[in-house]
Amino acid sequence: MWPLPGGCWAATLTFGMNVSLFIPCFVDQMTPRVGLAVARVLERLGHSCEFRPAQTCCGQPSFNAGYWDEARAVAIRAVEVFAGAEAVVGPSGSCVAMMRVFYPQLLTGTPHETAALDLAARTFEFGEFLVDKLGVTDVGARFPHKVTYHDGCHGLRELRIKDAPRQLLRAVRDLELVECDEPESCCGFGGLFSVKYPMISTAMAEVKGGSLARTECDYIVSSDPSCQLQLDGWLSRHGKKPRTIHLAEVLVGADA
Amino acid sequence: MTPGADTTPHAFEAETPRLAKKKFLHDAAEHVRDTGHRAFVRKALGGYYTSRDAQKARFRDWEQARDAASLAKWSAVNRLDELLPTFVANFEANGGRVHWARTADEARTIILELLRDAKAKAVIKSKCMTSEEIHLNAALEQDGYGVVESDLGEFIQQLRGEPPYHFVFPCMHVRREEISDLFGKHLGTPPTDSPEELTMIARRHMRRLYVDADVGITGANFLVAETGQISITENEGNARLTAALPRVHIAISGIEKVVEHLDDLAVLLPMLATAGAGQPMTCYNTLYAGPRRPGECDGPEEMHLVLLDNSRTAILADPEQRDSLHCIRCGACLNVCPIFKNVGGFTYGTTYQGPIGSVITPHLRGLADWNHLSGASSLCGACTDACPVRIDIHHHLLHNRRNAAATSPSRLERLGHRMFVMVASRPWLFAAGGAMFRKSLWLLKKLRPPLLRDWLATRDLPAAPARSFRSQWRARS
Repeated sequence: MWPLPGGCWAATLTFGMNVSLFIPCFVDQMTPRVGLAVARVLERLGHSCEFRPAQTCCGQPSFNAGYWDEARAVAIRAVEVFAGAEAVVGPSGSCVAMMRVFYPQLLTGTPHETAALDLAARTFEFGEFLVDKLGVTDVGARFPHKVTYHDGCHGLRELRIKDAPRQLLRAVRDLELVECDEPESCCGFGGLFSVKYPMISTAMAEVKGGSLARTECDYIVSSDPSCQLQLDGWLSRHGKKPRTIHLAEVLVGADA
Repeated sequence: MTPGADTTPHAFEAETPRLAKKKFLHDAAEHVRDTGHRAFVRKALGGYYTSRDAQKARFRDWEQARDAASLAKWSAVNRLDELLPTFVANFEANGGRVHWARTADEARTIILELLRDAKAKAVIKSKCMTSEEIHLNAALEQDGYGVVESDLGEFIQQLRGEPPYHFVFPCMHVRREEISDLFGKHLGTPPTDSPEELTMIARRHMRRLYVDADVGITGANFLVAETGQISITENEGNARLTAALPRVHIAISGIEKVVEHLDDLAVLLPMLATAGAGQPMTCYNTLYAGPRRPGECDGPEEMHLVLLDNSRTAILADPEQRDSLHCIRCGACLNVCPIFKNVGGFTYGTTYQGPIGSVITPHLRGLADWNHLSGASSLCGACTDACPVRIDIHHHLLHNRRNAAATSPSRLERLGHRMFVMVASRPWLFAAGGAMFRKSLWLLKKLRPPLLRDWLATRDLPAAPARSFRSQWRARS
């Protein structure tokens, strides 16, 4: 049915879900291809996607820096923007964790508490949405490369996502999935931490990036564009071969 | 007597606190450059991961054991008002004496008085982080007491004139050759490469000292309320000798170490050993129930327990972070922490290093001066997953950041976040700002403003795409 404009038509006919895309601010500005890949994969599966242009940022930078009053204002906005959406799906474990785990905490005791909990229950990380919500592991993709998967910490430990992306990757034609020797180690991004404590952040990138590069894979698959920024930044500076790619970009690879 | 009066902990305390962050940043950068050391520490911990995982697998359900351990600590910490008096009554009924210390200073004074009363000359100590917390060794040495650490790792650190690098593995950063050289220099022993021989050197040296010491100072892992016993867990047997041979035994413990039932140790001791050292149980687990009684052939004549608050009641008063008092000082959070592994133990400048240290140090020494430890984290959460008593460690780092921003905000930072909210609340401004950022990124990379400069020093930044997602989406539909 792709590239049928306004995929919602087809989706409604096939009882697909109406997915509201949650596009993190830096995906919007720096890696729009990831957002487009998410939409394409979902639409190919018969679901319709909408993008509510009133969305901006989840507020995590201020939240993590301790400026919770400031973050709260952004959170309230986001809760209102996504009101009524059937499912909210974002291509970042970190930003989804902000919405699902931290919004309810941030908005406890405010008039927005119920709405935040309601949104949390309808918000999913992309890979998790496919596997756990839609029950899909094979999206019909082909990607003839050796890859390894980098677990983003927020996805892994706040959302407890570990198997879903691997299940999806294992179902991709001609793809070889290998594990690195530090699969659960942090890449060292941590938002503003990466520039407030750059030496520690870089040392962590060195440990994780080194471990990922030692797998001699072609691509490092990630569900977090922020980890990608950090890992690619370090790998490129140090002349290491593999580059990261978002899970959605792998899954959009069509089986020719 | 043993040389190497450790002046370092004192130096930490005396140093202008305002400089703590500056020193942390400096030391972290220095340490990160020492790639050999970082690799050495990572390798040392590699062995720990293997044995820890093997021991965890022996639990029928590790997660349930964590629940049980956490519940035992939770129910004790939330009833300290009831359990501490019970413990004290039972401990004193066993013949021990309890001394309450509100601050580190009070604790030092109490201990010095006990030493004077005992007419002590020589003091032997087993591993006790609470004594590090109150800088006891420096105070004892200042008053002319000879004090020797009997735990091998602590003994090595004492000879090196350094505080512990890691609160469970005090000398994990020291190579075997260095220990051999150190013993050669201080004890006159020939060089050796064998860990067993090194241990034996320290043991032979120590035997005499146990006999000569008038007072033995130990810590406490758990205080059992229902029996009035002190539980100490160890691997070398040195704590037993320290507690049993000298005339007077002084134990120092934080008030949060109390548990209600003896049964609680059935889960807490194996978990402490597994999470802390990858052992099923430590080699020696002893319950001390008062001094020597009539008719008994060994044990000290007097047994004292110094119960230390030192801001623990302040943590108790904070329901959000109260669970940090669950800590059984196993060190599991340090062992998995990428920050600890990359900056090393000394960089923290604290008694308690690693994630749990970053959580509690601001309570012990002031948030304004020690919040940088909470900032120095990617919030990866490996610590929280490793914690056997389920302390919400990495979220408490966030809570510290929030409390610091509320009580002593940086004006510039606050302004930055307010501006961010202003932009994030207006989609048109957000889109326009984003476009401006994308269009000027090449220039910014050349101009290198602060923050971007810190990124670019060690990492590349991709080129910005011509169009944002929102503009492409608009065109698409």
